[in-house]
Amino acid sequence: MNASVSVELQELCFRYPHGGKDAPHTLEGVTLAVERGSLLAIIGHTGSGKSTLVQHLNALLKPSAGTVLIEGKNIHENKHAIREARFRVGLCFQYPEYQLFEETVEKDIAYGPKNMELPAGEIAARVHRAAGLVGLDAALLPKSPLELSGGEKRRAAVAGVVAMEPQVLVLDEPTAGLDPHGRGQMHAMIRRFRRETGRTVLLISHSMEDVAALADRVLVLDRGHAAMHGTPAQVFARAAELEAMGLSVPPVTRIFRLLREKGVNVPAEVFTVAQAEEAIRGLL
Amino acid sequence: MIRDITIGQYFAGDSPLHRCDARMKLALTFAFMIVIFVCGNFFSLGLIALAALALALLSRVPGGMLLRSLRPIVMLVVFTSVLNLLYTTDENTHALLQIPLHFRGWVITVTREGAFTAIFTTVRILCLLLVSSLLTYTTTPSMLTAGLEHLLKPLAKLRVPVAAFAMMMTLALRFVPTLVEETDRIMNAQKSRGSNLETGSLLQRVKAFVPVLVPLFISAFRRAAELANAMESRCYTGTNERTGMKQLRLRARDYIALSAVLLLLGGVVTLNVFFGKIV
Repeated sequence: MNASVSVELQELCFRYPHGGKDAPHTLEGVTLAVERGSLLAIIGHTGSGKSTLVQHLNALLKPSAGTVLIEGKNIHENKHAIREARFRVGLCFQYPEYQLFEETVEKDIAYGPKNMELPAGEIAARVHRAAGLVGLDAALLPKSPLELSGGEKRRAAVAGVVAMEPQVLVLDEPTAGLDPHGRGQMHAMIRRFRRETGRTVLLISHSMEDVAALADRVLVLDRGHAAMHGTPAQVFARAAELEAMGLSVPPVTRIFRLLREKGVNVPAEVFTVAQAEEAIRGLL
Repeated sequence: MIRDITIGQYFAGDSPLHRCDARMKLALTFAFMIVIFVCGNFFSLGLIALAALALALLSRVPGGMLLRSLRPIVMLVVFTSVLNLLYTTDENTHALLQIPLHFRGWVITVTREGAFTAIFTTVRILCLLLVSSLLTYTTTPSMLTAGLEHLLKPLAKLRVPVAAFAMMMTLALRFVPTLVEETDRIMNAQKSRGSNLETGSLLQRVKAFVPVLVPLFISAFRRAAELANAMESRCYTGTNERTGMKQLRLRARDYIALSAVLLLLGGVVTLNVFFGKIV
């Protein structure tokens, strides 16, 4: 196998025990390789299997067929490998703030590292590193999670996963329910995490703007199949197919496409507001 | 997985039993249970068992589902049967079977009367469970609550907040699946942070559930507060006389059911008198 591949799925199939073949959340032979240090965005309609897919990465779900390799290692090889996968792949669920339970933010972030049975000094160091990475003020650490604002709770919960210093960070809809300011902070957090750790990130999102702004590669899931896989430019170029799957392209991309149809000479490959600004400046 | 737990076991259907009025079904199930206890000999019990089976057929609930609902009490049935078999011994009994234990000369004696009692009790328990599961299989939880509310209405005169209790029951039933889902999600989130919920000593496992229970309670309280707000903003006060969306109405079939149960009671009493009581 390729040494630069961090996550590899081979013909991954999954069906819930009581579900039929057409039940939602199934996976029908997904094959995928994610390069180490890259950011893969996973998009798909509700029920397309995105969350099911990522729950296979840290062995919360066992595939009906196929294998999951993390850093070249089959995570279902034995019991020990399963536990190892939990720490190598940090899975942060949707609305992770609802998992906070400790008396203080600090203790909550330390929960994962403590389960890894690390020495106390290392745990404290990791808690502070993780809090720094997600942009959580050190003054908040001794507070109760209940005293934090919504955005701060979200970042504290992400820090709880980041503190395990996983090889692969998986974020399921990290910007859901956040205001534009909170989204901006989450984007900054993801960029900082990648820059400072060089780790692989998988991002599930419904927001095409998030995907355009952050992703190196995009995987499109449709009813359990990998429908498309490529760079954001390659995927967003197939707007009609995306729309047929109940997905869309970023709003700016749609505007630029309409402008082109009206005969305005603007580039077709515009996915972020920054690119749009540049293109318009070029026109003026 | 935790989401496989089924609470409230309604089987969607359109049988005569499904169409019966919830109040009548509740009252008749209660009456039927009393009739089961009135049975004094095998003839009357046989009649009741046949009636219970006829109801099961009438409900068109698959046999497998009915058997599954009987499963939880298998242990109870076995336990009571064994006790009945072994402890029904006095001078008037007839020994069927004697098993020497080769220990201090102890002998296990199974008597004919013990065997009868064991069978009798087993059939009785099975009938009880069958009719009560038929009630929940053929009545939606909301109809069941509505029926209970109507039946308990007289208590409202004694200032018992019947409507409030019924609302609480409806809400509790409504939120069971939500909380099961939530538990599943939180368990997965904590497992992803390396919590070990499956192995370890009892104390370790109880401790391991703290990270699941705390968020679960927080979110249950949050949901309750949100729900209370939503209800209040739609002018729910809990005091005024509320009407139901689905009006309960007694129809011909309900009176037929009532007559059938009364007839059954008559039959059981006649058989009891005619053949005498053995239990």
